[in-house]
Amino acid sequence: MNLDLPILLTAVAVALGCSIIGTLLVLRRMSLISDAISHSVLLGIVLAFLATRDLASPWLLIGAAMVGVLTVMLIQLLLTTRRLKEDSAIGLVFPLLFSIGVILITRMAGDVHLDTDAVLLGELGFVWMDQTSVLGLDLPRSFIVSFCMLLANLLFVGLCYKELKISIFDAGLAASLGFSPLLLHYMLVSLVSLTAVASFDAVGSILMVALMIAPPAGARLLSNSLAQMLGWSMLLGSLSAVAGYYLAIMLDSTIGGCIAMCCGLAFLLCWLLAPERGLLAAWLRSARQRVLFAAQMLAVHIANHEGRPEEGVECHVANIAEHMHWQQQFADDVIGYARRQQMLREQDSILRLTEEGRGIAEKLMLHG
Amino acid sequence: MDWLATLFSDYTVRIVMLGCALLGFTAGALGVFALLRRQSLLGDAISHAALPGVAIAFLLTGSRDPLVLVLGALVSGWIGTLVVSAITRSTRLREDSALGIVLSVFFGIGLVMLVIVNKLPTAGKAGLSTFLFGNASTMLASDVRTICILGLACLLCLFLFWKEFKLISFDPQFAASTGLPERLLDTSLTTLIVLAIVIGLQAVGVVLMSALVVAPAAAARQFSDRLFVVVMLGGLFGALSGVAGAGMSASIEKLPTGPVIVVFASIITVLAILLAPHRGLLPEYLRQLASRRRIETQRVLQALYRLVETDPDPYRAHDANVLQVVGLRSARHTIAAMQDLGWVERTEDRGWIRLTQAGWLEVQRSVQQREGPH
Repeated sequence: MNLDLPILLTAVAVALGCSIIGTLLVLRRMSLISDAISHSVLLGIVLAFLATRDLASPWLLIGAAMVGVLTVMLIQLLLTTRRLKEDSAIGLVFPLLFSIGVILITRMAGDVHLDTDAVLLGELGFVWMDQTSVLGLDLPRSFIVSFCMLLANLLFVGLCYKELKISIFDAGLAASLGFSPLLLHYMLVSLVSLTAVASFDAVGSILMVALMIAPPAGARLLSNSLAQMLGWSMLLGSLSAVAGYYLAIMLDSTIGGCIAMCCGLAFLLCWLLAPERGLLAAWLRSARQRVLFAAQMLAVHIANHEGRPEEGVECHVANIAEHMHWQQQFADDVIGYARRQQMLREQDSILRLTEEGRGIAEKLMLHG
Repeated sequence: MDWLATLFSDYTVRIVMLGCALLGFTAGALGVFALLRRQSLLGDAISHAALPGVAIAFLLTGSRDPLVLVLGALVSGWIGTLVVSAITRSTRLREDSALGIVLSVFFGIGLVMLVIVNKLPTAGKAGLSTFLFGNASTMLASDVRTICILGLACLLCLFLFWKEFKLISFDPQFAASTGLPERLLDTSLTTLIVLAIVIGLQAVGVVLMSALVVAPAAAARQFSDRLFVVVMLGGLFGALSGVAGAGMSASIEKLPTGPVIVVFASIITVLAILLAPHRGLLPEYLRQLASRRRIETQRVLQALYRLVETDPDPYRAHDANVLQVVGLRSARHTIAAMQDLGWVERTEDRGWIRLTQAGWLEVQRSVQQREGPH
């Protein structure tokens, strides 16, 4: 497989489209709707294909989008019966629609180029098999489709930005201001379905879930506003697409799978390293707080014994670890920290409080 | 019915059906716990997350032994659930996003590995791709033995720790306060659910196995409020879907097993939601209809009482339209029903309605009920 710019661009367009719409899904706690839709659109594609017998027909897109919306409506219908919780309703509807799709494919469309592997797994390497000429350029059809989807998603978010923001963060206010939450919901669902179909030749429908959820989830850990999150998620998504493409060439493996892997990797990095909310940051924060707390305790300890006969023993540098029940290493760290913070000084191996340290200790003893 | 006879006499088909029945039972029974703990979609994530484990197990051992592959799937499915709970505990992300990430990323890793495995000269495709959609017809006696052993082990653990699992499913805080090792039990129960899912991968496939955890349990839930009954019914519905799906896919050409099993399980669930004796939608509708009728009848009776209250003759006939005057719009159906009961009759000449003796008694009883004993 050689470097192929249109394939790379297709991957990036798909990634951008998915991460825009995925941001909204993650914020609206609808992530798994993308999983449900990505499976059930298969039925729409198959039905539209059986009706038109043409894989390039735009009806495939429309059929798939309709089944995507139908999926969400069926889930809603099951919920209104109050017999099932949301997770079960989702878990019931999409496997059924998907199963019907698989059965139809195996029974009716077995002899044409439409098989479940192609829909589920996708293969970006094959996009050249289906070309269209635009402005005198021969381009893969998936490139054009995914590019159009990207534009549609951008347009949706751009035009409804304010409405989306209000409906995500304060659904009650949105409803009272007169935005129809239902209309917005179904517009979002239709776009998810359309994006799912547009992406399925490129990365396959299951891996599209990776592009829809992982970059926005990573972005959620890096950002404090919707605009920031959209930006980060587009950046993470497109970086994962590019990295996945090169990884696939290196491993000589499936591009979609590698892109999903890179999405996972990108999320992992955010999870570990995000400046405020990452695991590393949280660990550093708690370590710092532990030392700070210990230094305050030490200050109280010294204040209790300062100027008394036992001072020579209790406040001796060598005895601190034993008296405070600390490990020697930790005691050294705490003493070092307290000295750097000008809380105490050392005089003939005896620790004494500075003015500042005494202030801290007295405040603590006074207020508990 | 001819094909049914051949179906049950064929050794291979019997083996396959037995296998599918067992894994259906295990998944259905364990699925009830997933349902109660609102973890239905965890099954979806687990079954996708199991894929890399299958590929790695094959790469490491080079064996196609179902036990080895299932163990690989178990380990990676289990790691998947750990990652889901780690993400939800340590970040601001919700469970849905965590499930979505694990599901798709693990599946992607699995696919990359499958492609690599399939390129190995020794692999000969290794039948690993059946793990995507499942293919029960390739099930061998040894596969069924594995399903048997693991499934029974799963169910045995479930019944050994029945009380504990029941407690942590309904009231985890209370379970913890009584000194039960809640985290350990929670992990064990999740492990059992993972196990129930991975033993079915080969027959039903990664993509659809989650449905077998959700659908039978959801159906069983409609029938009872007792955990034991629900678990047994869940197992039964699962087994039923397994047998029906495997049988149908074996007897009709070009019919993939997994999807057919899922369709059967879904049909059972829809029927259960519609028809289950107490919680079903249809019985509920009928109950509502009956109670609406009862209320309507009482209103007509009381309206008639008001008409005859000041009249020395309670059996005087009235035009049915008079009821409109006292606030009952169309009581035609109710009056017909009351005629059947023999409470009112119509006069022959003008078709006016008149209370019968039984009707008059009924009126008095209704009024007494309404006003209460004096």
